[in-house]
Amino acid sequence: MKKWQCIVCGYVYDEATGDPEHGITAGTHWEDVPADWACPDCGIAKEDFEMVLLAA
Amino acid sequence: MHPILIIGSGLAGYNVAKELRKLDKETPLVVITADSGSFYSKPMLSNALAQKKPPAAIALNTPEQMATQVNATVRAKTRVSAINAATRTVSIGDETLPYAKLVLALGADQIRLPIGGDAADAIITVNDLDDYGRFHNLLGGKKRVVIIGGGLIGSEFANDLIVGGHEVAVIDIANQPLGRLLPPEGGAMVRQKLAALGVQWHFGTGAKTVDHDGAALKVTLENGAALAADIVLSAVGLKPRTDLAKAAGLTVNRGIVVNRNLQTSDADIYALGDCMEIENLVMPFVMPIMHAARALGATLGGKPTTVSFPAMPVLVKTPACPTIVSPPAPGATGEWKVESAADGIKSLFVDGTGKLLGFALNGTATAERAKLLPQLPAVLP
Repeated sequence: MKKWQCIVCGYVYDEATGDPEHGITAGTHWEDVPADWACPDCGIAKEDFEMVLLAA
Repeated sequence: MHPILIIGSGLAGYNVAKELRKLDKETPLVVITADSGSFYSKPMLSNALAQKKPPAAIALNTPEQMATQVNATVRAKTRVSAINAATRTVSIGDETLPYAKLVLALGADQIRLPIGGDAADAIITVNDLDDYGRFHNLLGGKKRVVIIGGGLIGSEFANDLIVGGHEVAVIDIANQPLGRLLPPEGGAMVRQKLAALGVQWHFGTGAKTVDHDGAALKVTLENGAALAADIVLSAVGLKPRTDLAKAAGLTVNRGIVVNRNLQTSDADIYALGDCMEIENLVMPFVMPIMHAARALGATLGGKPTTVSFPAMPVLVKTPACPTIVSPPAPGATGEWKVESAADGIKSLFVDGTGKLLGFALNGTATAERAKLLPQLPAVLP
């Protein structure tokens, strides 16, 4: 499980926890997060930012 | 071969560099910046305190890491003194640097209001990471912060500071927070939620003077009230940095004027981000930067690309009252239709035919963002 950080607001997407509030179940790999998912903190669409890989 | 030269190392400057490198790994690239050259996201400056973030934790990459990542020479703490469009060079003091293409990613300055008093020069603004560092140091042991401006940045700082344990008062000449973004109902909710945390609002009045008062400061308002403060923070809006472009003879209005290719009035000079004006719009937000950077990076990489902007909602980082706004275009005709629920307000700006032109979502209504977004018109199709 990896963690990804939004370069815009610093939000961390943790594959282990997902983003259940927005329909992303725990354990969802970053590449499987749908393209229309948006950063819950800054609202930037997935395609609009690069995630910084935090840790394996 | 002369380099592509980017002035500015904010999200705009570095994202153009990243996008260019997706297509072109070789063309020499130079990034010149008056700042430290660290890569960071400016929006994080107004919500970093509650997360106990010291300045060093906000920088995501050092200038050296960025130089490697985008294969560029990064010249930090270096100020370009002039652009000489006729000779395609820039001046850095006595030094002259040639360019093949020039990108202006200069950003914007905080607007300074004319405020009197013997401590007016003690009013601080937080516009970059160095400013944040100074602000962070000042806050140590200090408690009372008066914020001039209850707009987006002022409200975000108010939320951040109050959660961080400070006393916070906010002054705004409007009668509600986020006056340019929210209808009165939404403004009232932000006002109430932040007031519940202890934020004191002073609406319908401005700051007249800031004076020394012993070791502290005294802010006197237009309405005669006086507020005691340890720190006075001004956050009343941004003004595109246009001086360099203007002196070079480029077309400048509110911002540096560009066409849909992001070209200024000189075909070899481009601009994007907070310093840019496109089709009469100045958009000092992250999303327009990302869209412009992608288009310009492609253009510079040999694939001429015009920019288009979809609807770009802005998240106001006030966790006390989550708020997402997508304001109607300036001058749009329509009216706000407001639905209030227990802990959320949905405000839709619709025209005479019922078409959605903008929205403002507060509290639980923010969950409707994804559903509403596809109904909004593009900012520039």
